[in-house]
Amino acid sequence: MTATLVALFFYTLEEFLNDYRFQYYNCLKHLDMKLLIIEDEPEMLENMLKTLEREHYIVETASDYKSALHKIGVYHYDCILLDITLPDGNGLELLKALKSSGKDEGVIIVSAKDSLDDRLIGLNLGADDYLPKPFHMAELHARVKAVLRRRHFEGNSYITIGNLTIQPENRQVTINANEITLNRKEYDILMYLITNKTRLVTKSALAEHVWGDHIDQSDSFDFIYSQIKNLRKKLEHATIAIEAVYGVGYKLETI
Amino acid sequence: MKLLNYTSKYLAILLVPLITIWAFIFYYAMLDEIYDSLDDGLENQKVLLLQRLPTNPEILDHKDIDLWNHEITPISKNQYERFEERYTDTLMYMLNEQDFEPVRVYETKLAYHNDYYKVKFITSMVEEDDLIQDLVTYLIVLYALLMITIVILNNLMLKKIWKPFHSLMAQLRDFRIEKNHHIQTKDTTIEEFKLLNTSVTTLINQSRARFLEQQHFIENASHELQTPLAISINKLELFIENTNLSGEDVQTMASILDNLGRLTRLNKSLLLISKIENKQFVDEEILSFKTLIADIMDDFVDFAAHKNVVLDLETLSDVTFLINKDLAIILLTNLIKNAIIHGHQNNTVTIKMNEKEISISNFGGKEPLDSDTVFARFKKISTDKKSTGLGLAIAKAIAEKYRIKLSYTFNGQHTFRLSFPK
Repeated sequence: MTATLVALFFYTLEEFLNDYRFQYYNCLKHLDMKLLIIEDEPEMLENMLKTLEREHYIVETASDYKSALHKIGVYHYDCILLDITLPDGNGLELLKALKSSGKDEGVIIVSAKDSLDDRLIGLNLGADDYLPKPFHMAELHARVKAVLRRRHFEGNSYITIGNLTIQPENRQVTINANEITLNRKEYDILMYLITNKTRLVTKSALAEHVWGDHIDQSDSFDFIYSQIKNLRKKLEHATIAIEAVYGVGYKLETI
Repeated sequence: MKLLNYTSKYLAILLVPLITIWAFIFYYAMLDEIYDSLDDGLENQKVLLLQRLPTNPEILDHKDIDLWNHEITPISKNQYERFEERYTDTLMYMLNEQDFEPVRVYETKLAYHNDYYKVKFITSMVEEDDLIQDLVTYLIVLYALLMITIVILNNLMLKKIWKPFHSLMAQLRDFRIEKNHHIQTKDTTIEEFKLLNTSVTTLINQSRARFLEQQHFIENASHELQTPLAISINKLELFIENTNLSGEDVQTMASILDNLGRLTRLNKSLLLISKIENKQFVDEEILSFKTLIADIMDDFVDFAAHKNVVLDLETLSDVTFLINKDLAIILLTNLIKNAIIHGHQNNTVTIKMNEKEISISNFGGKEPLDSDTVFARFKKISTDKKSTGLGLAIAKAIAEKYRIKLSYTFNGQHTFRLSFPK
């Protein structure tokens, strides 16, 4: 009886905590999400720090191997952004140290050296993602959020924004409980814009994310407009709107 | 003309005057020797005659030259004193030949018991015309023999001697600096070829080292450019977000971002080319090109629609091929993208595939492109300023890596064809 009660208590507590996390996640506020940026280039570090702090993460930084190793050993983070080339060591070694100490942090390798070997080694060592420099800030948010979502909700989460609910694991989108059908690209655009809610997403960032890296060199990114138009039509009854920003990009706003 | 025949030709020409001059010298030297020996013989006859004279005084009556080979004529003392010995050539009728033949005549004098005589000895001489004729015949034979020997020697021996050279040449003909070819030099004892071998080996090693250095330079430079590009792009993105800008300002910023994006793409393309050439794509798998093309077409359908170009895929059978997936995607993407970008509006881009070939055709300019330079780096076909001019060069580099033949043809449509090896 006592055991059952205790089990029930812990179950309820876990549910509560999960729910608590949902709340913050769904509000796109990440008060309890702690990130570590390991990057030796000060300006690069500053950019990433600024943009991630705007998303209300708690962000710590390390600019060399030694201090990074120290921080990893002492604190727990939800996601670590890891540069491979550090002045006093290799980022992949940090990843090894992290994994061998049994820590389960999400890791995104951020590297200027977009080499296939590093990508493969990194992912094999247990990194969650590999983001080659240069990248769009919107892309960084998307990758970080994807890692956090996978890590903390194991896919059993849903996202609500306005009257819109999305279940990422089966790519289901409903407005006021009415399901709407989106094609792959429409869904990807919507998710990307939601991830970067209220922020300007340039056409090129959107095109590269949804249509793939290889769509580049196209003479303009105007071709994405037709999918945006279709998506807007489907979101007619939603309380969110995709706004065009001076022909430069798009921004998702709640109405 | 081969060096072999070249030297033979000059030798053949040079030998003619050489042998002619030689013939003259030889002929006169021989003739001189013959005269000398004939004259010695004639003089010897005189000595013999003088020896025999005391015992055979009847010799002095020999008047018939035809009979005795000498003729003795009495002369006065006065004549004797003034007489000078001499050799002369003359003609005499020879019975055996039934012709006048040259003879050597030796006229001398002798005194015997206060009688004075003029003595004339005679001996048959070489027939100069026969000698010349024989000499010419033999020299022609010598010339012919020499030439035959030279040609045979050239073809057999020289060919063998030149083997290291030909082996080197054959390897150099197929040498490509971008491929890690090793030149195998043949051991030789010939100084010149040793020099050639070491020079070529050194030259190739140095060039290869420079080439790799250059390639790594491009790769390193591209890597080094990534971080400042990333910083600039991200700073601008943050700036646009954090600052209240007018529409015009945002567009200016966006245009800067676009150009930075172009720079990034160009940089990535350069990096990609050096990576392909540095063989950094090792993971290979057997891929269905039909599936790949379908995926790529799905990515491009919006872009094509925006350009009013219809994408049409005609599949007779699938192509499966062992290739690195990323590279296969880049190869097909670049060709399809190229066709869409350069395809005229309201026209079709046709992709046809059978088990050996994939062809991608688009309607475009009425003139065929220069097939020699169409795959060259930074060779821009259009005036499109956003094109990096590297797309087709990358496609070519990937195709070459996997021995896929990538060719361009024009027959009303511009067609790029991938022919897969068996």
